[in-house]
Amino acid sequence: MSVDSVFVHKMWDDHELSKMVSGGVPFPMLSDGGGKVGEAYGVYDPDAGVENRGRFIIDPDGIVQGYEVLTPPVGRHVAETIRQIQAFQLVRASKGTEATPSGWKPGKLTLKPGPDLVGKVWEVWKVSMESE
Amino acid sequence: MADSPAIGCARPTGGLVGQPNKPEEQQAAPPIKEEQKMIQVGKPAPDFAAPAYHKGEFTSFKLSDHLGKWIVLCFYPGDFTFV
Repeated sequence: MSVDSVFVHKMWDDHELSKMVSGGVPFPMLSDGGGKVGEAYGVYDPDAGVENRGRFIIDPDGIVQGYEVLTPPVGRHVAETIRQIQAFQLVRASKGTEATPSGWKPGKLTLKPGPDLVGKVWEVWKVSMESE
Repeated sequence: MADSPAIGCARPTGGLVGQPNKPEEQQAAPPIKEEQKMIQVGKPAPDFAAPAYHKGEFTSFKLSDHLGKWIVLCFYPGDFTFV
């Protein structure tokens, strides 16, 4: 979503993005002329008249589970967004009985918070696992 | 040009064409805005409906029509802006 019109979205997809991604952008490109939606999400910069690089993860119940907002010159890291969604999906499937430690990836150790784990995380999780 | 505005920063000068510009200090203060509420994690997302371009068609997108799926909503400064 940006303040650009759908007509400009089409031109950008036709002339540039479809050269990066075969078939063009696969998801809807939304238009927010005037920045009202961006304002509701706290990412619209009225001085510049544009929206900052906000990214919101919204779950199937419409609850915001996470967000990240960057100023324009620095791009995001899509793999990290996907990792976070995978983690939120695991937590949701476990009905909140499991949690994912720092650096978690699918298939890696999860934690089961409860009385037995208090003060014992050091026994099962090592700092080196953050980057494995 | 001595006074070229930065990209994305068009603004009225505060005067009318053919009249001397009022210095900016003399302009009425902008109305005080309601305190902006930042999004909170764990709380419902603000719903919206927006025009959309999707696979060759002009269409519309309403967030609440897509409950039941995981959604990533991304904002960016502008089409053709490099990053």
